[in-house]
Amino acid sequence: MQWQPSASLETIQKRAQIYQQVRAFFSAREYLEVDTPLLSRATNTDAQIVSIEVSNQRQQLFLQTSPEFAMKRLLAAGSGSIYQICHAFRGAETGRLHNTEFTLLEWYRVAYDYQALMDEVEALIDTLSDRSNSYRRIRYRDLLIEYANVDFSNIQLSKLREKSRELVPGTDTDQLDFDQCLDLLLSMVVAPRLEGYVFVYDYPVSQAALARVNATNPSIAERFELFHGGLELANGFSELTDARLQRRRFENDNELRVTRGLPSYPIDEHLLAALETGMPECAGVALGMDRLLMVLLKLDSIDQAISFVDRVPGS
Amino acid sequence: MASYSTNEFRSGLKVIIDDDPCSIIENEFVKPGKGQAFNRVKIRNLKSGRVLDKTFKSGESLEAADVIEIDMQYLYNDGQFWHFMEPDSFEQHAADANAVGESHLWLKAQDSCQVTLYNGDPIGVTPPNFVELDITDTDPGLKGDTAQGGTKPATLETGAIVKVPLFLEIGEVVRVDTRTGEYMSRVKK
Repeated sequence: MQWQPSASLETIQKRAQIYQQVRAFFSAREYLEVDTPLLSRATNTDAQIVSIEVSNQRQQLFLQTSPEFAMKRLLAAGSGSIYQICHAFRGAETGRLHNTEFTLLEWYRVAYDYQALMDEVEALIDTLSDRSNSYRRIRYRDLLIEYANVDFSNIQLSKLREKSRELVPGTDTDQLDFDQCLDLLLSMVVAPRLEGYVFVYDYPVSQAALARVNATNPSIAERFELFHGGLELANGFSELTDARLQRRRFENDNELRVTRGLPSYPIDEHLLAALETGMPECAGVALGMDRLLMVLLKLDSIDQAISFVDRVPGS
Repeated sequence: MASYSTNEFRSGLKVIIDDDPCSIIENEFVKPGKGQAFNRVKIRNLKSGRVLDKTFKSGESLEAADVIEIDMQYLYNDGQFWHFMEPDSFEQHAADANAVGESHLWLKAQDSCQVTLYNGDPIGVTPPNFVELDITDTDPGLKGDTAQGGTKPATLETGAIVKVPLFLEIGEVVRVDTRTGEYMSRVKK
């Protein structure tokens, strides 16, 4: 019986040391550490994310896919800037770089936008890696032009499918919609060629998730992702504070879920009520701690960063 | 027919892709942060033997391929088909040149080998990793030259041509690695 941890003791010690450094970093910047529930009656409606359902005496509950909704309710309640280290759960995500249960460091900085927050992400990673790293920042549009010769703002779906098939042979791209083609190119063509720390920002508005739309260019969302050597480490936004727009996005998500044959999920009315009351302008980011450990300790798989993984043998 | 979803993919799984039976060699789950997840799969087409990369949207399903691998005894070649027999049931199967491929170079009557059946028909034959075969033709041996290197071609009883050390003679038996086609050793009779 393989009862031993999948991470080495050295890694487990490094994790503890990083948690201490994270707390010192945010404490020095006058953030409040918070702790929100893992279980909720509502969940993330994003069609690409599978929530894990649990039942308690016939009541349907979900394990959080991120602490975003609860943390935003704290912001609306006047918490000021906050952070937390917590577990999050995403069904059907298992592989060398994915585990169903994983650890997020998520934080929200009041009065920041996504550009200022990228600076803070850099400062944190420099602190945790104990060196001054170099970071590249590139717009999503420029990234796809540079690595895949695709300009998403000026291409027809048929042409995008053709181009995707050419760049990722063995893919039935006729089954993919516009964003799925972009996702394919980003994960199969672009990410494997990225080196060092790279911030990708200004995502197409169709991939806004919970980000604010840019005021001057409505085709882009104020969203960024941080990659290291092609491994996605963090996702951040200038947060959407408009309750009406947020409700529409949840509803659109659920419509997309239904067209894809997926269950529609209960919308988080508590979050929408909080946004209606008023959440301060802020920027927020979620950083995958297991993956950050992989980068800092040069680990090959997420299993080596997590104390115990519980998988079906052979998968 | 059963089918497999991408989350059941693992190496060795037999599925139908583009109407052909294939075996999954490698499966990698790929997902951009908030985007569509994909499974990047390396497969071997069991008919052609070719290895291909395929990408599927996670959650898609593929039809299971009715593929089984059975150890059988090689019987004979009738000029068109190679005949094999299941040792337990004595059931016989005839494989054509497409199914046998290059493996015919290593098939010796009575030897056991692995036959791949797809919907009951042979589509592939894998010889044992090592076979022992008679030399039927080679240049005369150089007496006493048993230590130093140097090789010469030798034709074996199955028609395979293998490089062997200079001292070997017609009628001797050699052990060959069928995966590389390389001579391993002389077999004392």
